[in-house]
Amino acid sequence: MKKIKIKVNGKTKLIFENLKLSFLIKSLKIPLNKVAIELNQEIVDKKELNKITLKKNDKIEIVHFIGGG
Amino acid sequence: MKFRDKKLIIANKKFNSRLIVGTGKYKNMKECAKAIKLSGADIVTVAVRRVNITNKKKPLLMDYIDPKKITYLPNTAGCFNSRDALRTLRLAREIGGWKLVKLEVLGDKKNLFPEMIETLKSTEILTKEGFKVMVYCNDDPLMAKRLENSGACAIMPLAAPIGSGLGIQNRVNLQIIRNQTKLPLIVDAGLGQASDATIAMELGCDGVLVNTAIAKAKKPFEMALAFKNGVIAGRQSFLSGRIEKNLMGNASSPNKGII
Repeated sequence: MKKIKIKVNGKTKLIFENLKLSFLIKSLKIPLNKVAIELNQEIVDKKELNKITLKKNDKIEIVHFIGGG
Repeated sequence: MKFRDKKLIIANKKFNSRLIVGTGKYKNMKECAKAIKLSGADIVTVAVRRVNITNKKKPLLMDYIDPKKITYLPNTAGCFNSRDALRTLRLAREIGGWKLVKLEVLGDKKNLFPEMIETLKSTEILTKEGFKVMVYCNDDPLMAKRLENSGACAIMPLAAPIGSGLGIQNRVNLQIIRNQTKLPLIVDAGLGQASDATIAMELGCDGVLVNTAIAKAKKPFEMALAFKNGVIAGRQSFLSGRIEKNLMGNASSPNKGII
């Protein structure tokens, strides 16, 4: 199966083509209720993750809360 | 004797404590959580950052500070323009529905003063999107008024540059802002010790926001307590109505019956 390059939180990742965003998040063991996700600078509805198929050069940002003033 | 006071109300929500604390700069999460508990704060500021996808064992803030028990106030620390600030707060809302947020758009990497044009622009947009925006700003009464007119739910002027510990530099401006607004007025940034918080409260501010002064104190737990007490003392002093200032002395003991 063909592999494609994507970026997750600024880091390049090689993934299989036609991978769903939900699968990626699951494989990264991300607790969904504690994060927000952006795909190419657009916020993704966390309920719709299994409807999104990742494409070449997609940029994903996964953010959470950390200590701050 | 019980001191009668109204609760702090921000965006129609009541809070018991008038001290808001930041969660940054602590040695670790455990220290942060304990200091917050000792401070008695109901609201804590938090930052939005990338999840560490390589080290998944890194402790999460939410595991130490329960957002069901304490109000998370997402901030836009580190944003230098409106675009980044809006993006950050929209993401914050997405994490779990946070609408009460702290807007902070900085203009200079060294003094960390707020960039007020971008701040004003962001306040307008965020308010239209349904956010309740507490706005970090400079201590300029005219700008404070414009923020109020743009829909801010709280005005948060600085005491001094963020993290500087210099304490309140312009009491006059803070008092002018106090007198012109009914919005919650919260002194944010630059406090160094508990008495700075007391002064802010005595000026009539509704609350203070402290991070570095507690987190970087030699004894953060003790300083958290000191700030808690400092805020209470200042508030009670303000409500008690101070005496008039006099240039000359006025003896406390009666003159009658002097031997």
